[in-house]
Amino acid sequence: MGRTLFEKIWDAHVVEQLPDGGPALLYVDLHLVHEVTSPQAFEGLRLAGRQVRRPDLTVATVDHNVPTGDRGLPIVDPVSRRQVDLLVDNARAYGIPLYDLASPQQGIVHVIGPELGVTQPGMTIVCGDSHTSTHGAFGALAFGIGTSEVEHVLATQTVLLQRPRTLQARFVGLPGPGVGAKDLVLALIGQIGTAGATGHVIEYAGPAIRALSMEGRMTVCNMSIEAGARAGMIAPDETTFAYLMGRPHVPKGAAWSRAVDRWSLLVSDPDARFDRVVEVNAATIAPQVTWGTSPGMVGGIDGRVPDPASFASEADRQAVARALEYMALEPGTPMEGIPVNRVFIGSCTNARIDDLREAARVVRGRKVSPHVRAMVVPGSMPVKAQAEREGLHRIFIDAGFEWRNAGCSMCLGMNPDILDSGERCASTSNRNFEGRQGKGGRTHLLSPAMAAAAAVTGHLTDVRRLEPATVSLRPPEPSAV
Amino acid sequence: MTPFTTHTGIVAAMARVNVDTDQIIPKQFLKRVERTGFGPALFYDWRYLPDGSPNPKFELNLPRAKGATILIAGANFGCGSSREHAPWALGEYGFRAILSECFADIFYANCCQNGILPVRLTPAEMTELFRRYDASEGPYRLTVDLERTEVSDDSGVLARFQMDDYRRESLLKGLDEIGRTLLLQPQVAAYERRRAALLARLEG
Repeated sequence: MGRTLFEKIWDAHVVEQLPDGGPALLYVDLHLVHEVTSPQAFEGLRLAGRQVRRPDLTVATVDHNVPTGDRGLPIVDPVSRRQVDLLVDNARAYGIPLYDLASPQQGIVHVIGPELGVTQPGMTIVCGDSHTSTHGAFGALAFGIGTSEVEHVLATQTVLLQRPRTLQARFVGLPGPGVGAKDLVLALIGQIGTAGATGHVIEYAGPAIRALSMEGRMTVCNMSIEAGARAGMIAPDETTFAYLMGRPHVPKGAAWSRAVDRWSLLVSDPDARFDRVVEVNAATIAPQVTWGTSPGMVGGIDGRVPDPASFASEADRQAVARALEYMALEPGTPMEGIPVNRVFIGSCTNARIDDLREAARVVRGRKVSPHVRAMVVPGSMPVKAQAEREGLHRIFIDAGFEWRNAGCSMCLGMNPDILDSGERCASTSNRNFEGRQGKGGRTHLLSPAMAAAAAVTGHLTDVRRLEPATVSLRPPEPSAV
Repeated sequence: MTPFTTHTGIVAAMARVNVDTDQIIPKQFLKRVERTGFGPALFYDWRYLPDGSPNPKFELNLPRAKGATILIAGANFGCGSSREHAPWALGEYGFRAILSECFADIFYANCCQNGILPVRLTPAEMTELFRRYDASEGPYRLTVDLERTEVSDDSGVLARFQMDDYRRESLLKGLDEIGRTLLLQPQVAAYERRRAALLARLEG
């Protein structure tokens, strides 16, 4: 019987299958490291007198704590500064390449991995961060791990994993104008719930997925964790190879075409079987926006805030009631028209060049609404540089957006970019949990185009009505970044 | 890691679904570089009122939950961020076992790494536990036995649970996972050689 993409990668990376239904010891091709989840891991290594087994397969950057304002100034928060300094020290001590604040390649770890070409099809990739699933967009098996597992990978270059099941998320039909990658994946999460894929690796399929750019595929895979999935994957194809070609760490010359031949085998066989199959009708998806405090509390912009009483279980009714109280929303309120006072375009979900282009198309010629504070935080310094070469920054700045340096920024408020209590934010990030962007902060997750629309109107807006023709899926352009 | 064989303790109950790790340990506490010091920060935004005093309505602050070492929780406990700081906080607070019908994958693994036993039970079994918690006057106690994989209260065994043997053995004996894997060094080295040879052949 044929194998799925996941099975092919799994089988190629098992060092040892432990007996009696135990986990497998998987080899790790790429270990990405950032400053928040690594200090205790390096300390543990040091205390046990162990070395990093493969510094050559390890790449580090600073992203969660870093300020996105003036890079010339030292980090103000001493605790943040200490974490960043510790990673610098640890990287030097163990010979790990580090893209620090002075580096032109610095950025969010899940943005720079692909940019540098260290993320490649067929790899196993781990990082102490749940959005590691992002790299699955390249046909890699990429997943988040905890700090103890980070230490384990540093010491052994392997990770123990109970073999997950497989879930095929098959998108049927093509989305309409104004509906993109973020909407597709939010609709899936809305359909199956935040625990819908627990214990599974999702493989995304269907023409709507094939039509996505690499940036769009990264958005989809990034959000897989929000459906509870272990990882998310999309088989590589010409779009993938075009993105990778010529990047710093990718094979060159004759080795390149041999690599492409190898990578082309990384597809699920036609007779492969998935443990579960979920179908999503892409054609009926409206631009999505969350109304609650979990990514599964989501619906179309053309819908209304739901009534808790309409939910089947008591637990869900209570959760929804609590969410609406936190979000200060009344049942029955149309989503379109809910006023916002902050807009954040950024995060590992949606801060790549295509996302900024998508937002700029909506913003061009318009102004940020007077009562809104809006910011664009490019996912990496190379994305920022590319955006500036294309003049996108002028579009944002002229409209009244803040144009900032790269980092995780307001996705999670661990750095100075943070919501005040009660502020309502239209955000291209990945989580709308209570307090995520700042204690008491209210988050509505949506796409870059929808965030831009909210910025210029001052409220949640159906971007299709704002720009009927221009916001649509285009054939993927290879990125210069 | 402290071994887990069997534990009897007072129960705290959190029936909410989808409790995410941002609630278990908010982001400002992730700036610590140590593994310790997270106990007072557990459920920080729910546990304390704005003036810093304990929120009397919060499930862990109820008098009958004082000194709780076992948590019964709603479905999808520990979803969201991979932060291992979440089980660090739960462990330092005093929890030794968490029972739920479903845990987020990364959180489940993180608990095991830290000697906290996550126990998956059926929805019906969880409903019964919450019912018994609500019905009892004063503190409710459970015994979680990893050797026999049983959960019981003073009326007897309420449920059996499953766990893969590798994790179960690690918890029972308090084993260091890295130490266990380093015993497989030869296999890892052999894998690296095979892969290097394969790539050398493929790349000519």
